[in-house]
Amino acid sequence: MSEHPGTITRPQQTPAAEHHMPADYRINVGNFERALSVIGGGALVLYGLRRSLGNLSLMLGGGALMYRGFTGHCAAYEAMGVSTANQDAGPGILLESTITVNKPVAEVYRFWRQVENHPRFMTHLESVVSQGERHSHWMAKGPLHMPLTWDADLIEERPNTLLSWRSVPGADVDYMGTVRLRELPDGRGTEVRLRLEYAPPGGIAGVALAKLFKTLTVRQLKEDLRRFKQIIETGETPTTTHQPVATASSMRERNVRNHQHSAVS
Amino acid sequence: MKAVCWYGTGDVRVETVPEPKILNPRDAIIKVTLAAICGSDVHLYDGCIPTMHKGDILGHECMGEVVETGREVKNLRPGDRVVVPFAIACGQCFFCTRELWSLCDNSNPNAWMAEKVYGYSGAGLFGYSHMYGGYAGGQAEYIRVPFADVGPIKVPASLRDEQVLFLSDIFPTGYMAAENCQLQRGDTVAVWGCGPVGQFAIRSAYMLGADQVIAIDRIPERLHMAKTHGQATVLDYQEVDVSEALKDLTGGRGPDACIDAVGMEAHGTSLDAVYDQAKMAMFLATDRLHALRQAIQACRKGGTVSIPGVYGGFLDKVPMGAAFAKGLTLKMGQTHVQRYLRPLLGRIEHGDIDPAFVITHRLRLEDAPHGYAIFRDKKDNCIKVVLRP
Repeated sequence: MSEHPGTITRPQQTPAAEHHMPADYRINVGNFERALSVIGGGALVLYGLRRSLGNLSLMLGGGALMYRGFTGHCAAYEAMGVSTANQDAGPGILLESTITVNKPVAEVYRFWRQVENHPRFMTHLESVVSQGERHSHWMAKGPLHMPLTWDADLIEERPNTLLSWRSVPGADVDYMGTVRLRELPDGRGTEVRLRLEYAPPGGIAGVALAKLFKTLTVRQLKEDLRRFKQIIETGETPTTTHQPVATASSMRERNVRNHQHSAVS
Repeated sequence: MKAVCWYGTGDVRVETVPEPKILNPRDAIIKVTLAAICGSDVHLYDGCIPTMHKGDILGHECMGEVVETGREVKNLRPGDRVVVPFAIACGQCFFCTRELWSLCDNSNPNAWMAEKVYGYSGAGLFGYSHMYGGYAGGQAEYIRVPFADVGPIKVPASLRDEQVLFLSDIFPTGYMAAENCQLQRGDTVAVWGCGPVGQFAIRSAYMLGADQVIAIDRIPERLHMAKTHGQATVLDYQEVDVSEALKDLTGGRGPDACIDAVGMEAHGTSLDAVYDQAKMAMFLATDRLHALRQAIQACRKGGTVSIPGVYGGFLDKVPMGAAFAKGLTLKMGQTHVQRYLRPLLGRIEHGDIDPAFVITHRLRLEDAPHGYAIFRDKKDNCIKVVLRP
């Protein structure tokens, strides 16, 4: 699960661009898929060439596919937060999302550093307990008879900039979570970029892991980050659960209709 | 408790439902003493707003007495008399701290829904569909108010309910519409729509220094109210050619600012209005914009078109060419009520305005279905209905 930095040399960037750069060039297409892209793209280009020059779109499409295969980067995948790059190792997920919160970077850093906070907004986590300065015990939500737990270490911390946790060798799941922080200019708050990677060790997913992967999507991660923002900014999350609504009435109406139906038949 | 509930197009019923409970530490429960039906409620009544569910409690204009507070609400106590803003704001996000209260990041539990349609979600609203949070509304005996330490404003005992209720929505809405006109002293403002919001826009335009306010509608009692209470020059668009009349009344230059206080269910008899209705009937367009089109066409060069709303979806055939050619500014949006509560309460206390002037019908909560019907159809000279639980 190591990163493969892009090989394209880049000109001097603004701080904002530097912060965002790693996402744009990361390989997010798996090897087999890359080979398919090159072959398929090549075929399209040839096909386009053999027809009249008016089939530029075919050639462009083919060219794009080949580029995707050669570089391993798919812009569409990146936009969707999807990566098939790790699929050669077996099923797993890599998700990334970003949110901006109206709090100073130091406060945001402290919040993330305290791992007990994570389950407050990450719906897939049941609990996280710190055991010492850098060691913690994690439990994912799942059926009681199939708990998914792992130990992790804080492998990297740069105050107000980065926190990275990784599961210990031999854990039931290969986990890596990284949060990057960037203070925005002129009191605009803090940008938070979260990257989560889960993979089964040895490539074979257990039942509990497979269940986890089903529910943990980019969409879910976005909602989790929204919850984090709500909690750190307002201290609560908005809700309407159990608020009054005329359900009894509409149920009465449905029951009346059902009775009428059964009376007729 | 009794509450006014939505059951479909043209179908509201007063049902018995459970009383609200504190759900979050910054909630408060208000016993409603007075509520109102808003022009935008008519869009719900007409089935124009998606994501409504049968049984949803309606109402976003309400006031009453605090009966219970969550443990984090320090500024309110049981017994306090408050008016509740229709949009819910947390007070801490990027938008709230910049006084863009109706754009709050944190008050819509269904933010993902609004994001799908609009790109980003604004604040949750009371009683206005699940896309805006699905909050139970204030046409009821009790209402739960989230972020009660930010929104509700305490009002003095010297002012009656009817005088302050409209701080919840329509008075700030009319005022913000006038403020968005970027008025200079001596300006002429044209207001389309003499419903309650239009009436407050007219009064507010004069408060903000307008020299002449021209009000456009077709309903006689509304034009009459605009003339007598608003001191506006009135135009009945069924009797006169509005574009010509506006040119004439402004010495050929056109109004400096135009307010569209009509919104998405514009009524008109001209060709473009009929076109809008046909498209809406065939679900090809979602909003009708006869008033907005006229406002853009009529506005002077370099002027401002101010849109308090409500528009929900897509407009067809907006005269962008005219807006561009004349260098117009378009300003719009949901009202940032919290921004205006204190200044406008001050104006009421000072005697500059008695907002109760718009009320034509005072009904019990139980009679809400009748209230919706006459308000929507403008029957019985109805301009504004208030409901007492």
